[in-house]
Amino acid sequence: MVPHFPLFKPLPLHIPDGFLSLPVALIFWVISIGLIAIAVRRTQGELGERQIPLMGVMAAFIFAAQMINFPVAGGTSGHLLGGALAAITLGPWAAMIVMASVIGVQALLFQDGGLVVMGANIYNMGLMTALIGYGLYRGVAGTRRSVRLSVAGLAAWLSVMAGALATALQLWLSGTALLRVVVPAMLGVHALIGLGEALITVAALAFISRVRPDLVEAQRSSGGRGWIFAGLAATFAVVLLSPLASANPDGLERVAADLGFTGHAGPLPFQILPDYTFPFFGGTGLSTVVAGALGVLVVAALTLFLLRAIRRASRPEHLVNAPETDAR
Amino acid sequence: MRADLFDRYQARASLVHALDPRAKVVMAVLFILSNVLLPDGAWAAFLISWGAILGISLLARLGPGFVVNRSVVALPFVLAAVSAIFSVPGRPVAALELGAWRLLVTEAGLIRFASIVVRSWLSVQIAILLAATTHFPDLLHALRHLYVPKMVVAVVAFMYRYLFVLADESTRLLRARDARSPRPEGGGGLSAAWRARVAGNMVGQLFLRSFERSDRVYSAMLARGYTGQLLTLNPHAMQAKDWLALLLLALFSVSIQVFSRL
Repeated sequence: MVPHFPLFKPLPLHIPDGFLSLPVALIFWVISIGLIAIAVRRTQGELGERQIPLMGVMAAFIFAAQMINFPVAGGTSGHLLGGALAAITLGPWAAMIVMASVIGVQALLFQDGGLVVMGANIYNMGLMTALIGYGLYRGVAGTRRSVRLSVAGLAAWLSVMAGALATALQLWLSGTALLRVVVPAMLGVHALIGLGEALITVAALAFISRVRPDLVEAQRSSGGRGWIFAGLAATFAVVLLSPLASANPDGLERVAADLGFTGHAGPLPFQILPDYTFPFFGGTGLSTVVAGALGVLVVAALTLFLLRAIRRASRPEHLVNAPETDAR
Repeated sequence: MRADLFDRYQARASLVHALDPRAKVVMAVLFILSNVLLPDGAWAAFLISWGAILGISLLARLGPGFVVNRSVVALPFVLAAVSAIFSVPGRPVAALELGAWRLLVTEAGLIRFASIVVRSWLSVQIAILLAATTHFPDLLHALRHLYVPKMVVAVVAFMYRYLFVLADESTRLLRARDARSPRPEGGGGLSAAWRARVAGNMVGQLFLRSFERSDRVYSAMLARGYTGQLLTLNPHAMQAKDWLALLLLALFSVSIQVFSRL
């Protein structure tokens, strides 16, 4: 039997080059580079030289695990993306590096995802998944097995939804897609893909904890309590932002225009739908206020999280910065 | 399974292959950036860019069709950009009624959509050129020279090394599953959730095998004197021809930007 290689058919979250505007691509490069830099310092402190073969083989594992598919219906099949599973089993920082490596190789070797937009892809599929996957799971560490597994499933599903939402918003901010179309479409498709992700993640974790309980029970690479907070904040952002963006795109569009995004797209497409009203929010000022408040909340949460992460990263100073010797 | 199963390198003796890998990485990123920055509807500039890609692939002795054949990989994502047709205000061409939505197809929207598709198609071809003319280990070396953290490069190097080993492992798992899962006459069988759980168990199994393998790899490396440093016998140095190629591409990118905005 010829195995099915998902790497030859792009997953719907790998954005190719040309779909994001340069400012959006650069913003997400900056975020991704910043977080990966912290992750490199953190993992170096935690695991020493042992971590390089471990993370390398685990990155290859994520890649190979994406090949394991199961038929769903009508010729489609489900398989793993792996961000949440990596975060839960390896810890958040190592998972970020592992996922970034997977995404980098997929882009460089298979052109699955672009090079200039790689920062956004790493953010969507590696960083958000680690944040939500680990954050939520960390919150129930030490509870009963059934609780942990259910939360892991929920986290896996949410991490896929978060990636889909982030992808949709990036496409919209780049002027590549219409908000009121791309958000419901992306979330709709990924609600199903995420279900497969959740089922596989839970089964894999259950299997691992039966055979090698030491690997999942003891938090090998322990993140602090900040992760619970950050994971919850990201979850709330996804849970609140998704229906808002689907049901009331005008509000979000106005906020984005006020903040100076989408300015390059010229006048906002209100005139496309002149007599357009939505049953729930309509175009009232209230919805704008709600959207604005949410935006502020998300930014505040992210800032807080970054500050905490940086503060913690700067602690084990003596462990990092081995003298740089060029490998010649 | 062969160790080079995943390598996209096409061995040829050409000027492009001989360029320093870090020059090629920088050139590829520059070229893609230049594509991304071309304005909507700059058809002449798109055509010139494509001509340049064709020229480079001929220079690399890959033949005219190679890159185009591989470039279909990004096509499915085009779906995500379809709504661009409705997102740009301009002269209306047609209207779509979708329930409560009234979507207006505009001329500017169609041009935006076509431009996005063309830009991404050109960019994918450039990335294919890079992968086809550069050995992956050389590419990693280039990344190291371009200040990607040592640890990330090392992790990617290990990943590349064990990619086919673990892909082989998961092929075996899949073959074993197929051999033991006869499908009842006329379809049926157990639910999709059950199938997902089996796939999950297999993922867990693969995880444990990978984890244990990484342990073995590490002790084997220690046994051979690993100190956390990865060494190479294949040093790279930028030569005059590499700088020249870089300069030419930079000039090309700048002039096509100016040309497309005339």
